Amino acid sequence: MTRPLMRPPRKNPVLRTRVPTLPPAARSRVTLGLTAGAARGRFELQVCRDCGTVQYPPREACHVCLSRRLDWREQNGAAELLSETTLWHSNELFYRERVPWRLGVAKLDCGPVAVVHLHGDCAPAPSRVRVRAVLDRAGQATLIAIPDKDTPNMADDRQLREMTCDPKFRKVLITDAKTALGQALVEAIVAAGAELVWAGYAESWKKTPGFDRLTSNPQVSLLPLDLTDSRAVKDTAGEIGGRVDILINTADHHRNFGIAARDGVETARAEMDANYFGLLRLAQEFAPAMRARGADGQSSAVAWVNLLSIFSLSNFPPHGTYSASKAAALSLSQCLRAELAPAGVRVINVFPGPIDDEWNQALPPPKIAPARLASDIVDALRGGAEDVFPGDIAQDWLARWRDNPKALERELAAMPR
Amino acid sequence: MSALLLKLVADLVAGRIRVVDLTQTLSPDFPQIVLPPELGQAWPFRIEEASRYDARGPGWYWNNFSCSEHTGTHFDAPIHWISGRHLPDNSTDTIPATRFIAPACVLDCSREAAADADFLLTVDFLRKWERRHGRIPAASWILMRTDWSKRTDPVAYQNIDETGQHTPGPDTDAVRFLVEQRQVLGFGSEAIGTDAGQGFHLKPPYPCHYYMHGSGRFGLQCLTNLDLLPPVGAVVIAAPLKIKEGSGSPLRVLALVPSPAAAPARRSAKKSAKRRARTKRR
Repeated sequence: MTRPLMRPPRKNPVLRTRVPTLPPAARSRVTLGLTAGAARGRFELQVCRDCGTVQYPPREACHVCLSRRLDWREQNGAAELLSETTLWHSNELFYRERVPWRLGVAKLDCGPVAVVHLHGDCAPAPSRVRVRAVLDRAGQATLIAIPDKDTPNMADDRQLREMTCDPKFRKVLITDAKTALGQALVEAIVAAGAELVWAGYAESWKKTPGFDRLTSNPQVSLLPLDLTDSRAVKDTAGEIGGRVDILINTADHHRNFGIAARDGVETARAEMDANYFGLLRLAQEFAPAMRARGADGQSSAVAWVNLLSIFSLSNFPPHGTYSASKAAALSLSQCLRAELAPAGVRVINVFPGPIDDEWNQALPPPKIAPARLASDIVDALRGGAEDVFPGDIAQDWLARWRDNPKALERELAAMPR
Repeated sequence: MSALLLKLVADLVAGRIRVVDLTQTLSPDFPQIVLPPELGQAWPFRIEEASRYDARGPGWYWNNFSCSEHTGTHFDAPIHWISGRHLPDNSTDTIPATRFIAPACVLDCSREAAADADFLLTVDFLRKWERRHGRIPAASWILMRTDWSKRTDPVAYQNIDETGQHTPGPDTDAVRFLVEQRQVLGFGSEAIGTDAGQGFHLKPPYPCHYYMHGSGRFGLQCLTNLDLLPPVGAVVIAAPLKIKEGSGSPLRVLALVPSPAAAPARRSAKKSAKRRARTKRR
């Protein structure tokens, strides 16, 4: 059984902060297929369309019949652990700093045999395990075997925690805590064991129901923060930037206009200012300290979460300018991901379908409830993915977009408004 | 130069005429007017560095800023309101410049506003004021002193609850009296609008905007330091930026005050900025 994680002692300020190192990051283009699945939280392997072989590691052709007709298909990861060992030495800096490190060989029920990282609670071989594809600190897919059945404190496993961004004992900034989602997220992050939550709010003179309630929690500090105000973002980063382990950008300026329904650019510019430039301002001011703290002990800087929208992928014309601002934010988040990658800080993009709030009032259900979205964001932090599509609508539109983006464009254009 | 102007300058230099700054500092922290979110919005004041003696410009520091025509201490031109849209010379670029310098009558409503945030200035109040200070001269500014500018906490300054904003302003009859009976130049206030926070519920909605601008008069909002002005005798210089077809403009509002009347404890800009910074992090 995993020993429950203890609150880390205070940092010794006379010692040098360790510089982030990464596990080996090089992958062939075909192997990046595994990363593409893991990025969405799926364990996908190549399956041969001609002979049905499931293969690992990924290759250009089927290793049995040489067919090049290979499809990436989700696998359930059920496996038998055949053998195990513990690494005591490595010339890779990342592992050298983390040995002992448990490894095993697992035979997947679907066929292949794979070398896997081994969760501490996996019973000695031979035993049943579940193999998961997760992103490691380098942002590349890696395989980890976890026990066949959940064990107490499983998430606290030292090796697993190197592949997740668990908020437990971490300090979390939520940029806009005034919305229903922001409030639900503050509570979900506190419940997940965060050490401290900064709950950002702008325009203090506009009250939102329930916001004052957040102050009753001793872990929560209210923080004036307006992402449209560059000086305020800079000042705030100066005050707390060096302590933020997880930044969750919930800023979401949402109005319901296409092009023809609104004269001028004032509304579109306000959306862009919060959703795109807000992210840029945050990234310029908060990312440097997070980059420096990617290996800062047990509670290092570990994740940056962006609340995007399924409309980032394809424009929803009734909310056309909003969609464009979220598409811009998606593009910028990829830049941020590249810039945070050397520190091992994961950028997690969240693409919900319509949230059940006042700006989606006129859309028919199903709409994702703010509390459900909050818990999905916490799950994403505890998991090994970087692109999260919470709720049925997001999943449905993702599937349609992956299948045929042009068809989805036409379908969104034809939706009632 | 005429002897009159030379004397004015000499009096300014000697302190026989003092300059009182009636302007709030343009800062991202200063709140802007709140409208229902589905409507078009006034931008708050925002400022972005272009360079600061760095790679973006090694020898100089400068910023780009953005804001609404109606952000911070600002001027309302008649074209701002639908009632004034067809008047001649109704925008910031066409108003004759002579109208930017005018005497001011300062109405002290600070006690009333302290007792009731929704205080409405009435004709009765105006007549009482005239009995003490004389008839309101034509073409003068009416400045409603409420000490609202002393509310440095933006929440208290905005004073918004579930029923909207609660700030003092004039009632409909008082506005009509000032426009029709006294031919004033305009109306100035310390709160975020010339109309009361609940002015939408008056008849017509926002009467100060409706009648003042409908008859070619002006507005000044978010003024400060009105407590340093005498009831009569000050001259206000309020020249908006020359924005083409501008409906208003942030501006520096200065009052010239004969020295004995200028209060000795004039608040410095530095001190006000400090107070605002203190209340920013609530």
